[in-house]
Amino acid sequence: MDRVILHCDLNSFYASVECLHHPEYRNIPMAVGGDVEKRHGIILAKNQLAKKAGVTTGEALWQALQKCPNLVLVKPNFSQYLRFSRMVREIYSEYSDKIESFGIDEVWIDVTESVHLFGTPKELADMIRERVKLELGVTISIGVSFNKVFAKLGSDYKKPDATTEITRANMEQIVWPLPIEDLLYVGRATAQKLHLLGIYTIGDCATIEPAVLKRRLGKWGDYLWRFANGMDNSPVMVQNFEPMVKSIGNSTTCPRDLRNLQDVKIVTYVLAESVAARLKEAHLVAQVISIGVRDINLKGYTRQIKLSQPTHLSDDIAQAAMDLFEKNVDFSTPLRSIGVKTSDLSVMETPIQLDLFTDQKAHQRSLDLENTLDVIRERYGFGSVQRLMMKEDPLLSQFNPKQEHVIFPESYFKG
Amino acid sequence: MAKKIYVDVILHHNKEGQIKPLAIVWANGVKYSIDKVTQITRAASTIAGGTGIRYTCYIQGQARYLFLEEDRWFIESKGN
Repeated sequence: MDRVILHCDLNSFYASVECLHHPEYRNIPMAVGGDVEKRHGIILAKNQLAKKAGVTTGEALWQALQKCPNLVLVKPNFSQYLRFSRMVREIYSEYSDKIESFGIDEVWIDVTESVHLFGTPKELADMIRERVKLELGVTISIGVSFNKVFAKLGSDYKKPDATTEITRANMEQIVWPLPIEDLLYVGRATAQKLHLLGIYTIGDCATIEPAVLKRRLGKWGDYLWRFANGMDNSPVMVQNFEPMVKSIGNSTTCPRDLRNLQDVKIVTYVLAESVAARLKEAHLVAQVISIGVRDINLKGYTRQIKLSQPTHLSDDIAQAAMDLFEKNVDFSTPLRSIGVKTSDLSVMETPIQLDLFTDQKAHQRSLDLENTLDVIRERYGFGSVQRLMMKEDPLLSQFNPKQEHVIFPESYFKG
Repeated sequence: MAKKIYVDVILHHNKEGQIKPLAIVWANGVKYSIDKVTQITRAASTIAGGTGIRYTCYIQGQARYLFLEEDRWFIESKGN
């Protein structure tokens, strides 16, 4: 028997939440965007009027303002969006326990077992849509299909506030004429390769000899061919399934350009402290430290180093990151954003080989110190205890990566 | 245009943990008692802008919506 999978997508999520709370925004072009002064400046979401004016998600604020000079920009309020995301999941969870999030505003729900209680799949989808609109005041579009990939295409097919059902009978009419770029995991680079093979629609991809795709794209060719033919059989994960973390990192775009090692040092320590706190929270230690750099021309690269011992101390992480910066960055072009990432993670209790030349007592003292600092910060806020160096340039050090960055991009292949 | 007005509310908490609003206290101190609550549901207020648990209350013979948004109560005002 075929599965019944819904893909629910909150329409222009951030903008809808803002419009709900501010009725005055509903009849003017409005967009939620990053902080203009701090230069985190892109459009995150926009309402229908802004969309008509040509504003697109992801473009820089100044670009959007050129297209639409009377555009009203609103700062994002992530805690409010998380609250809505949670409330909408509460509604979904009345229909199934198999709910898999894909970012903050999208989920797949596997209702194979429960759909008979509520009618046809489309009736169930319409019921959920009505409830979300009535109870939360925002709209969703839902795709109904027998696999996750087509369900996602369905929720994109017609929006806002609509249901699209893709069955084996109508998939060739609905899915196949769509441009290949709409298929999950076809980005700009893959699309280009596919165009060279004469593949412009999902139908082209479905009907080509799979061996040709595989020769050109490797195992991804296989995946895409199966996706296009509706043979995706990846399961919808049970609620709260946590995939094994592979890396923990933070990055930030700085309020002013970084011109020397001292600038970098301040930001690096803030990032390292956040990364260390998150490692400790997840009960993990890391052995590989990497840095990511983007200069004012938006050119970027990463460098990494493997430590002799795994660690979750912010001092160790920051020191390793600073070594990497010293060796690899010459500041001929100032930097706009930097990041610190840890990987090669293992569980904290994993026994480690001690060596004779490291002062383990000192190490234990730093560990105790950092744990104490974490407790203080937990209770009194991140800014309650700080390194003295943060005071040298409050502009650079005044951000809290641990709390401000709660929304992460997600991968489709979990577990 | 309708406005969102936060109000003080006098509540009754029963031993099952349920709450029931008894009266609304207006900003000028005037207290309006709630005669009965006919419906409790999660709902959005599109006219005032917000979402929460909506109590349909009868106050002086008239039905009014009273919303509990997180930990604050508001009503939809018809005034300009």
